[in-house]
Amino acid sequence: MEDIIVTHDLTRSFGKFVAVSKLNLNIRCGEIYGFLGPNGAGKSTAIRMLCGILQPTSGTAQVLGYDLLNETEKIKRKIGYMSQKFSLYDDLSVEENLEFYAGVYEVPLKESKSRVAEMIEMANLTGREKEVVANLSGGWKQRLALGCAIISRPSLVFLDEPTSGVSPTSRRMFFNIIQGLANNGVTVMVTTHFMDEAERCNRIAFISGGRLMATDTPDNLKKNIIRGYLVELAVPDALEQVGRIEALPYVSECNIHGPLLHVLLEHESNAADLRTVTGVEPKMITPSLEDVFVTLAKS
Amino acid sequence: MIKITELSKAFGSIGAVHEINLEIKKQEIIGIVGPDGAGKTTLLRMVCGLITPDHGQVLVMGKAPDRMEEEKDKLGYMPQRFSLYGDLTVSENINFFGSLYSLDKKTIQDRADEILGLTNLIAFKNRLADNLSGGMKQKLSLTCALVTRPDILVLDEPTYGVDPESRKEFWKILYRLNKEGKTILLSTPYMDEAELCMKVAFMDNGRIVSVDSPANMREKFSYTVLELKSSIKNSHVLRDIPGVIDAYFYGDSYHIVTPKDRDNLQFIEAALNERNIEVFKLEEIAPSIEDVFVSLAEKEVV
Repeated sequence: MEDIIVTHDLTRSFGKFVAVSKLNLNIRCGEIYGFLGPNGAGKSTAIRMLCGILQPTSGTAQVLGYDLLNETEKIKRKIGYMSQKFSLYDDLSVEENLEFYAGVYEVPLKESKSRVAEMIEMANLTGREKEVVANLSGGWKQRLALGCAIISRPSLVFLDEPTSGVSPTSRRMFFNIIQGLANNGVTVMVTTHFMDEAERCNRIAFISGGRLMATDTPDNLKKNIIRGYLVELAVPDALEQVGRIEALPYVSECNIHGPLLHVLLEHESNAADLRTVTGVEPKMITPSLEDVFVTLAKS
Repeated sequence: MIKITELSKAFGSIGAVHEINLEIKKQEIIGIVGPDGAGKTTLLRMVCGLITPDHGQVLVMGKAPDRMEEEKDKLGYMPQRFSLYGDLTVSENINFFGSLYSLDKKTIQDRADEILGLTNLIAFKNRLADNLSGGMKQKLSLTCALVTRPDILVLDEPTYGVDPESRKEFWKILYRLNKEGKTILLSTPYMDEAELCMKVAFMDNGRIVSVDSPANMREKFSYTVLELKSSIKNSHVLRDIPGVIDAYFYGDSYHIVTPKDRDNLQFIEAALNERNIEVFKLEEIAPSIEDVFVSLAEKEVV
């Protein structure tokens, strides 16, 4: 698969503060690439550089085969961008918003009508074309904003925290639509700080403090990052036990998880030792992405 | 500790909270879980008496929140966004906050070390709040809410946008406070944090869809979730299979929701084979708390 974005040591500082530090990424054509990290990790700064809105302090990148430093205008014309705030006009209808964005992206006038219809169909907006945006719920607004962002049929779309204000049901519908886009060859780069959203991406990058901590498929990250054997332990009075269990020589980590403990053992055979000590049968569990990132953040 | 009856609030034509009933018992950790805009903040603000309800009633320890002048120090509130002073140090913020509640200097001093110890901030006492990380700022907000030694803590999205490790640490502190007897009412947009609460109230569109313990919620979930790895490119094919309630895309696999039935794995596998769909892997997985939420909000118009 061809790479649609390649970055080399991409860096951006604001004064003394380094927001993005030596970022090296390869994003492939037609993949859904998740960009994950806490607030202030540098996600938006990185995206804004890749869109050509923000000049890097150092480093280079190719986006859609164009040079990020010298061909920003070409890049801007060929990408779609959906911001956290959806940027829709509340007093315009669904259709009017789409027509407006068709104009902004210079979709030829004679094509505009069919393109608007295509977006309404794609984004599941049928039946409420004439509705004013102010009356729509979060899920509808989100899908309309997506329609507006891709009305020019870009081959690369940036979605910056697209699911704020959206219920889980709408979120599923949204990701099904995104997958449809990816199947048609569109590359989707999406930022989020929700782990469950990251699970839905083909590959994810986790950044923290401006640095890339890891990038891989969710499955591989779960398999490869955590060294050890993760078990769930239903001990009574979990909170009191944390310290004692953490102190055991074969326990690398112990975290409280509601009424349960998650214990990271050095080896599978330690499960029996743990049972002897606690009198409770440990249950093996697959680490969650969150477990992965806690481990990464500590390393 | 808190009793909410038929509580409603609208802002203009937008109904933020609709006829909510909820009871919170002593020493419970109850989480209001739902997406942004579901009405969580409005609900919590009404519990604290910061917003007047249109209808219905909130009783905190038997009293309306706006009549709690004498007992106001029984309730600690941590607002959603950081609202402390960046150019004051950690200690100075605590002093300031304590004096707002007319605590005398000595009392504040005595308590400061204790609560800073609880939230693991003691080493950062003299640091300017502006120079704290996101997770530490949240801990400082919590510390300030503790200065009056409240029995009830109302925390509005205390872990929003904080890195996973700090979130875990924050929860550890909450459990400790809870063990000491505090009742905790908090909101969160993270589905996975629902599992960390003793009781969860799912909120959507201003309504509470369900209240129960996470374990009971899973128990009541009447479907099986299967994970499928396959070469197919579209979940529509899966939705057409009889007995499939929902199918959705999940990274490099699909999740298929079917009724709880012992044979459905074989049945789905047969149906897939019949349709010439290549199956790399098909197995039952534990439903996520999100699956539970979606099934509860099934009737929602999206």
